Amino acid sequence: MAQQVSLRTLDDGQTAVIAGITAEGEMGRRIRDMGLVPGVSVQVMGRAPLRDPVALRLLGFTLTLRNSEADFIRVTR
Amino acid sequence: MSAAQQIIAIAGNPNSGKTTAFNRYTGSRQHVGNYPGITVEKKAGTAHVGGKAVTLVDLPGTYSLTAYSLEEVVARKVLAEERPGAVLDVVNAAVLERNLYLTLQMLEMGIPVVLALNMMDEARDQGIIIDEKRLEELTGIRAVPTVARSGEGLPEALAETLKLAEEKKGRAVPLEISYGPEIDAALKEMTRLVEEAELLIPKYPARWVALKYLERDEDIISQGRAASAKTSAALEKIAARLSEHIKITLHSYPEALIADYRYGYIASLLRQGVLRGVDERENRIAYSDKMDKVLTHRILGPVIMIGVLYAMYYLTIEIGDYPLGWVENFFEWLDGAVGDVMSDGLLKSMITSGVIGGVGGVLGFVPLIVIMFMLIAFLEDSGYMARVAYMWDRVFRFFGLHGASIMPFIISGGIAGGCAVPGVMATRTLRSPRERLATILTAPFMACGAKMPVFLLFVSIFFQDNKALTLLLLSLTGWAAALLVARLLRSTLIRGESTPFVMELPPYRLPTLSGLLIHTWERAWQYIKKAGTIILAISILLWAAMSFPALPEGESAGFAARKAPLEEELAAFPYKKLSAEIAGLEEELDGLGARDPKAAELRAGIEELCLQRDALPAGRLQAEMERLAGQKDALPEDPAADRLREQAARLSAALEGLKPEDVGARAMRRQLDEVSEALEKTPSGAIEAAIARKRKERDALPEIRLEAEIAAIDNEEAAEALRHSLAGRAGISLEGITAPAGFDWRTNIALVGGIAAKEVVLSTLGTAYALGEIGEDDHSLADRIRADSHWSRANAVALLLFTLLYSPCFVTLVVIRQESGAWRWLFFSLVFNLVLAYGVAVAAYQTLA
Repeated sequence: MAQQVSLRTLDDGQTAVIAGITAEGEMGRRIRDMGLVPGVSVQVMGRAPLRDPVALRLLGFTLTLRNSEADFIRVTR
Repeated sequence: MSAAQQIIAIAGNPNSGKTTAFNRYTGSRQHVGNYPGITVEKKAGTAHVGGKAVTLVDLPGTYSLTAYSLEEVVARKVLAEERPGAVLDVVNAAVLERNLYLTLQMLEMGIPVVLALNMMDEARDQGIIIDEKRLEELTGIRAVPTVARSGEGLPEALAETLKLAEEKKGRAVPLEISYGPEIDAALKEMTRLVEEAELLIPKYPARWVALKYLERDEDIISQGRAASAKTSAALEKIAARLSEHIKITLHSYPEALIADYRYGYIASLLRQGVLRGVDERENRIAYSDKMDKVLTHRILGPVIMIGVLYAMYYLTIEIGDYPLGWVENFFEWLDGAVGDVMSDGLLKSMITSGVIGGVGGVLGFVPLIVIMFMLIAFLEDSGYMARVAYMWDRVFRFFGLHGASIMPFIISGGIAGGCAVPGVMATRTLRSPRERLATILTAPFMACGAKMPVFLLFVSIFFQDNKALTLLLLSLTGWAAALLVARLLRSTLIRGESTPFVMELPPYRLPTLSGLLIHTWERAWQYIKKAGTIILAISILLWAAMSFPALPEGESAGFAARKAPLEEELAAFPYKKLSAEIAGLEEELDGLGARDPKAAELRAGIEELCLQRDALPAGRLQAEMERLAGQKDALPEDPAADRLREQAARLSAALEGLKPEDVGARAMRRQLDEVSEALEKTPSGAIEAAIARKRKERDALPEIRLEAEIAAIDNEEAAEALRHSLAGRAGISLEGITAPAGFDWRTNIALVGGIAAKEVVLSTLGTAYALGEIGEDDHSLADRIRADSHWSRANAVALLLFTLLYSPCFVTLVVIRQESGAWRWLFFSLVFNLVLAYGVAVAAYQTLA
């Protein structure tokens, strides 16, 4: 089984598959509402000038979230 | 229109083309309001399908119906309580999977849905193929390919929706999908309980209510508790038990599993032959990615953005200045026209100073608002605004704000000279309620354009050596105050976790003109309606406060008695006599029709009298001055002369701050003489000097000196009347409180007036100093303040800081009320900002004095 890491640790341009979301409540719901659920493949498109937030590509659209929010998302490379 | 007109709701994700479709359907036949108590817009309109009229309701754009954001609460409420006959769900065909998440939740609520597979052109270009027949086979849902921008497919989509609405009348069989063995078992048990107790039925389907208990939906659970505490408790117990179980066995939460299963359902549906060509997704929005490579580049990104923000500010404030001038001229003309028609008195004073002044002030902002909203709508619809938020978020998050807070700050005066009215309205682009409120409340601290004249006057008097630096520091103080107060508010009154930032970066698109125009018109009209009514009332009140009580008879008679002999003396001068005669004839001429034979005669008479008047010294000098001014205007531009002029102005300003015996004063005076001499050698400088000589000569004439003396008495009376009025008395009684900040009663009245509009601070100060009406280039107020021993640098600094920070003007306050949805924030802004400004001003004065 591939190793699970936090989404934050991915480099620009890297692709990974979501393994799990550890956020509860409003945060968890927002993240899932936008299509970030296990099994979905995400690619890091880039980061803002101050390296935070991060821009992701998934399901054919671009999404941005803060690093602190990316911490709740576990991925397998 | 029949009473049975069908209601159809349009739902969809943000950026799916939902609003474009709505605008296409309804055109100008729509009305916009707010849902009671909140700032989410309610849009409805009428559309026609096959000869039938239907009412269309545009639901707020949402990704889900989980009811966390206000938009979602509103969308769900409308769906459940107003029960539209059917919903036209506008989905972005290129991002079908995520868009269907919302669709699925509506189907679970038992709402009849027709899909508009929008942006089909883009999807096709990207090689995506959607088999809508197959989708219908599998789910029973009709799907119509559309392109909302061109209108393609829209009539068919609405016709299908209407057909479905007439058939289902708002109720379809709720979709039931499997959530795995554990959840399904609990759902079954809970559904039975809901059905037995008829909890929230038939508003919502039974299984859906059960599902919401598992999802821990606060809105539904509190509704359930209110309906039946017992059943609700039983349901909550089952939900808690299941939650515990899932935590132990699966290390997850029911709400997470439910979302996973929903996406799983959608994915498997699409894989059964509905969606093809998704694997070639790699180069789908390649053009947008390329633009992002530059526009959000580490170094280029911020540089380009500062350029865009500056351009935006420039267009709003600088270009807006022209139409602003037209509106102001119109009201000035109206003021004059009313003044001519009405006889002097209280009613006239109320209408000109109160009504026209107040309404004119409100409408003067309209051009700014129109331009600003056009630009903001453009940036938003093009997708750039989301990138601005993305790039700035890291900085603003520290202060409890959001990346998108930057735009309102800039417009409010973050670049000196903005305006908080459009600035506060620009917070609408913020979707996070707490961050938005903090932005609304702090944007007015910026150095707006109306504060600038006050800054310029006092800075030029007390900081003539460091004018630019002082102005920059003031501007930065505005930023610091806004950010620090935001931080303070976010850890006290608007406390709470920052709203999740998770946000879509939509692909760049060229906005449609009709969309921009509709959007802009809506905003402008809302502003005119709301601000207009309240401001009108307040302007009249303020006028009354500054006019009543009037000077007692005896005092005004005293002024009249002083003026009478001077006026008599003046009237005896031939120049004055002729002027009076000319005015009388002109009035007579105005009363005649253009073709009246007597008109020509009168005109000739006027001309004759004018010639006589121009032959007198006062008339001759006046005519000569006008002729010289005309000559000067006709000269080509002379940058060298302009530079000399500037140098002379700087030197004389510096000299005024020095005593003749001060070090360097003599050298400076010599330099000034040299510069003035050089200036007189330039063509325009020579004419200016000639005009100045003529003016001096004319001012020395006895009749002109008399005129000036009478005007001085009038101004003195106006100052005495202001002092006597309610506002004046308030200013005087406030002296006790404002003394620690170094403000006297004159400053107090001016600042009280400034709450109405910052523009009046200087003019009120002018009246209080008995200077009469003062213009922008008038140096009399500066001279008067310079000569007044009351004023020192310490008072000036206190006043500058106070003006920067104290209560927003009335129009801004009204807009704060409108945008925050609550009166209490209006009062908060008024009181808190006053207290803060007072504290800062006192601290500054006490330190410096």
